Amino acid sequence: MNSVQLNSCEFISHLQTDLFIKMQFMLLFSRQGKLRLQKWYVPLSDKEKKKITRELVQTVLARKPKMCSFLEWRDLKIVYKRYASLYFCCAIEDQDNELITLEIIHRYVELLDKYFGSVCELDIIFNFEKAYFILDEFLLGGEAQETSKKNVLKAIEQADLLQEDAKEAETPRSVLEEIGLT
Amino acid sequence: MSDVVEKTLTALPGLFDSQTGAAKITNRLRQLIKSITELTSKHEEENLIKKELSAMKEQVSSPNTTMKQMREIMVRAMYCEMLGYDASFTYIHAIKLAQQGSVLEKRVGYLAVSLFLNEGHELLLLLVNTVLKDLQSTNLIEACMALTVVAQVFPKDMIPAVLPLVEDKLSHPKEIIRRKAVLALYKFYLIAPNQVQHIHAKFRKALCDKDPGVMTSSLHIYLQLIRESPDSYKDLTGSFVTILKQVVGGKLPVDFNYHSVPAPWLQIQLLRILSLLGKEDQSTSELMYEVLDESLRRAEMNHNITYAILFECVKTVYTIHPKAELLEKAARCIGNFVLSPKINLKYLGLKALTYVVQHDAKLALQHQMTIIECLDHSDFTIKRETLELLFRITNAQNVTVIVEKMLNFLRSCNDEHTIIHLVGKVAELAEKFAPDNSWFIQTMNDVFSIGGDLLQQDVPNNFLRLLAEGSESKEEDDQLRLYAVDSYLTVLKGHTSHLPQCFLQVMSWVLGEYAHLQESMDQREVTRLLTQLLDQRSVSSETRVWILSALTKIFEGQTDLILDLAESLSSSQDTVLRQQAQELRHFSQDSQLHEWVLPRGAPWDGIEVDSSLSFLDGFVSEALAAGAAPYKPPHQRQEELCEDRALNLEPYSFSLPVSLSSCSITDRQSPTLLSVSSGLSGNSTELSQKAGSSTLILEGVKRVWGKDGYLPQKEATAPLVDEPSAAVQPPSQQEAAERTEPQPEPSTQNQDKQQLASSLFVGLGVGSSMSLLGKSEAPPPRFRKKPRPHESSSSSSSGTSERSSDSSSRSSRNTTDSFLYGSLLEEEPATSISAFDHTPKSTTANGLAQNKDTKEDRHANTSQILGGDMVIVRPNTIQDKHPPPVSSDLTALLPTDLKDLPHSDVISLTSDPSLSLSSCRLFRDEALLLVIFISNCTETVIKDVAVQLSCEELETASLRGNVVDCLEARSTSVCHYALLMDDPHTNVSFTGTVSYQTQPGHTNTLPFSGTLSTADFIRPLVVTTEEYGKLWLSLSHDVKQNLKLLTDAGDPLRTTLNALKDALKLHVVDIIGSEGIVACRLLSGAPCLLHCRVNGAALAMWLRSPHPALPDCILYHCQRALAQH
Repeated sequence: MNSVQLNSCEFISHLQTDLFIKMQFMLLFSRQGKLRLQKWYVPLSDKEKKKITRELVQTVLARKPKMCSFLEWRDLKIVYKRYASLYFCCAIEDQDNELITLEIIHRYVELLDKYFGSVCELDIIFNFEKAYFILDEFLLGGEAQETSKKNVLKAIEQADLLQEDAKEAETPRSVLEEIGLT
Repeated sequence: MSDVVEKTLTALPGLFDSQTGAAKITNRLRQLIKSITELTSKHEEENLIKKELSAMKEQVSSPNTTMKQMREIMVRAMYCEMLGYDASFTYIHAIKLAQQGSVLEKRVGYLAVSLFLNEGHELLLLLVNTVLKDLQSTNLIEACMALTVVAQVFPKDMIPAVLPLVEDKLSHPKEIIRRKAVLALYKFYLIAPNQVQHIHAKFRKALCDKDPGVMTSSLHIYLQLIRESPDSYKDLTGSFVTILKQVVGGKLPVDFNYHSVPAPWLQIQLLRILSLLGKEDQSTSELMYEVLDESLRRAEMNHNITYAILFECVKTVYTIHPKAELLEKAARCIGNFVLSPKINLKYLGLKALTYVVQHDAKLALQHQMTIIECLDHSDFTIKRETLELLFRITNAQNVTVIVEKMLNFLRSCNDEHTIIHLVGKVAELAEKFAPDNSWFIQTMNDVFSIGGDLLQQDVPNNFLRLLAEGSESKEEDDQLRLYAVDSYLTVLKGHTSHLPQCFLQVMSWVLGEYAHLQESMDQREVTRLLTQLLDQRSVSSETRVWILSALTKIFEGQTDLILDLAESLSSSQDTVLRQQAQELRHFSQDSQLHEWVLPRGAPWDGIEVDSSLSFLDGFVSEALAAGAAPYKPPHQRQEELCEDRALNLEPYSFSLPVSLSSCSITDRQSPTLLSVSSGLSGNSTELSQKAGSSTLILEGVKRVWGKDGYLPQKEATAPLVDEPSAAVQPPSQQEAAERTEPQPEPSTQNQDKQQLASSLFVGLGVGSSMSLLGKSEAPPPRFRKKPRPHESSSSSSSGTSERSSDSSSRSSRNTTDSFLYGSLLEEEPATSISAFDHTPKSTTANGLAQNKDTKEDRHANTSQILGGDMVIVRPNTIQDKHPPPVSSDLTALLPTDLKDLPHSDVISLTSDPSLSLSSCRLFRDEALLLVIFISNCTETVIKDVAVQLSCEELETASLRGNVVDCLEARSTSVCHYALLMDDPHTNVSFTGTVSYQTQPGHTNTLPFSGTLSTADFIRPLVVTTEEYGKLWLSLSHDVKQNLKLLTDAGDPLRTTLNALKDALKLHVVDIIGSEGIVACRLLSGAPCLLHCRVNGAALAMWLRSPHPALPDCILYHCQRALAQH
């Protein structure tokens, strides 16, 4: 009990000192509580991450559908939304705007949807690295990087295209560099 | 696994064939995922993953594994880590993959790195070269990947390696690269603001970027910069307003629309920036009224995103200088939120209200029915936010209702965080608005029993202080105390096993102090109740100490009982407890002593605690004379240990004999401190003389009580938190939960609500009509704490800057002048124009790097003269060789009232083609004047020159001339800051910027920085030997240390003291035989007395000051000064 209390205190002060990083982390998990994606924008130990994930998944899953999409948790605000069998869950600062975070989630889902073509949980399970690529193109360091859907997808597709070329061509470097220069 | 997943799994092959090549997955991963979904138990999963991991381990270490295979392994490793298994053996391979793979593999490698490695992971160092290479790559994708990883995981110390390359990317032709570079720099700014200080001008370029994406990214930086110093960016208000206008007007490409709302993220970011800029600034606010109005008007669509913008807009409107028309519109907006059937919007409405009621409590009135509905909402989040809102509108009239609501909520709540947070608020409200004593005590009882040991320590501390210090009227105080005593006795008569330790401690303290106020009660009963507690197992040993100390105060006339108790506890395992039991025994046998040590009902103010332990002086000097080593505080010992391992490996224990009477004064107040023991002298090794049977053990004892009463320091009471928390829900929990259930009949329910409304919102209507602008004045708190002595002294010290400067024209001026100079060892450039040629000046080569502005010219000089670590420079010789570049004529520009002050040389701070800044330090008695010369180097007029200076450690008492509207060609303007140092720091650095306009509308900024040393803030303290003696005894914090004795010439003591005097502006009061006394002070604040005695080849230095950190700080400079001599 003692140590747990202490740990949580440390954790909190840690998050607070971490300046104004807007989004602290994003988690995707299924209705069964299986983690599908995790992105941490604040440095935390694996142990802390696991603890937070466990607690949050439990708390969010326990909430009823009619309840609001926000909850105060430790000293953070959790914004979550369910899409089919997947929960998208972000932790932001208390003073931040919850609605816009909800729309960040929505935009991410739109991006996934557009990329995979009517996305489902399986797409994310089997192509989770792609989901990460898209997320990295959309959010960087916890801040919205590019909000234009077209631009995000263009960046991803360019990289994908290069990959294809790289597969086909035996001398990938020179080809890539040509394209990179354009 | 869900049905959906399973069903779809059977259709897998088809699914993936239909995918594009880009989304193709590797077979192994597919197999792994598939087999995991087929498993039924966690155990099976563990086994499977274990097998998978060991197979991977084998594969990665095999030399035949290709990069392509490695990439596939990496994806599987990421998957395993996501499932919660450790795949750390792949981390190094992730880095290798990023390093050696083709773009295809690199991408996965970088992703794995950013997922696996935290900022600060040591393996990241191996990534630096790869990132450098990729940043320079002509391949767009590679550069993108490198920038992404830099912005994600690069720690502070690795930033310098990549910074120049990232900076270059700001002018890259591709917008995606520029955007990522801006975000990477934003991240750098967050973790190491100093490192990117020089690129602020480039941020402006990013803000003006033609690509909206790059511009949006730069706003992250600006939001941060403006949050830190809004005043420096007021000039940008116009630009931000224009951008927002264009965005709202739909001028951006349609790509940036989100559900047909133009660039909502950008809008919100801009609104936030505007609210920071317009806060408490009417003229700036006026610039944005129009666009805010437009924003409010445009956002009409019924979509979440428009509400998100509206919410931000409302916040901005209420933050900036108010405009009635806008406020009205914003209030209507909030109404839409609150009344919305959508629960998310309702929540935001409550949040907005919570924010707004601070400015206008009337708004809450309009929505009272909704608020009451939300109070009984089934959603925990809504309820909590409602309570937050109620907390904000609490006043003396509705406090009882609101506190009851909060307590009810707390009883049914089991989230630790919420409890800590809310209970603190209840305590705050209770203290502020309590209608009467019994309610206050009752509420605090609830606070202690609900909050229990989770409570922030300051809640019980404040409560006890309030009881102890009381208000002006003794009668009222006693009444409150009596209530508390009565109430606690009732509590203790009931079941006590579930009570939190913290509550028990509060109770025992109060009973110990004030039980005698209850005359109708037999004190035996109190003693009985307290001793009963001692027998309980759930009571922690720290609480026992509290209880025992309470008993010590009230045992009178029950010697038998007490002797039994003392007997039984004297064999306790806990030393503090045992010690206390001994003491109890002592007192019970000597009632006179007891009466004297613990006088009943004595006023608090009268207690003088000699925390300097000056009564030990005699003993200490005797011991020192007998050859004992002087005491050193632990941190100093640590330092020395680092300096010289051969010396002083054993820390000294400090054990001093003390008369029983003198230390027992402290004992009265602090149960944790009771420390009169017989014969327990700790581990006294060095000072083995014992002058009495009772000794005061100081080692590790926390100071809970000081001269000023209870010291509410965290550390003093921290152990409480460590206690196992007996988090027991009060039995009324069930009840409370039932009470909050909605009632069945709607009509009575409505009535109830009306009633509740009238009790909740009472007192809000009054005067709210005029509270639009100002925050309504808080009613005086019921319990007014007495001002604490140290608080008043700190406020008076801030006023010292107003002291007229005539006091500084003392007779000692000339001497001050002459040695002022020598103390500026580290900051002075070698190109000085010192007129004080008798002052030796030295500078270490190491120190050069600290002052980067003057580094170059200093370096040039010093390297010419000497090499090596330590360079001793005579300023007069240098002067001949290197005439000062700026300076001499600049000092002539000093205002006449400052001309006579002793000053340092003029050093150059910064310059660019049009402007150059130099600075000079002037030593006034009560402040350090930092004079900044702003010189226009051009032939044209420079306009709107504004200097901004910031330093965290120092306080700016006044400034003059930091804004110049118009600086003529080739002219110089002077601005000066009076800086105060309240807490000594060995070195402080300041940073600042100067902004100016060469052409209208085009603002340049130029950053500068520099360092100051404590020595700049030390002033001589002129006292007589008698005064010195008196002062010496009254000071509390001391430090002792042996210093080097300068033996090169004449009388060693005199030489050494003179050297110190020259270096640090000290005043040598007297030199008697082998002892010397010296005095100085921190500006006109805390004095510091130094007592020096020649002890063999060393100088035994003993420093005393009322300020805890000052002696250490001065000692540090003394050591330096002597080392450099």
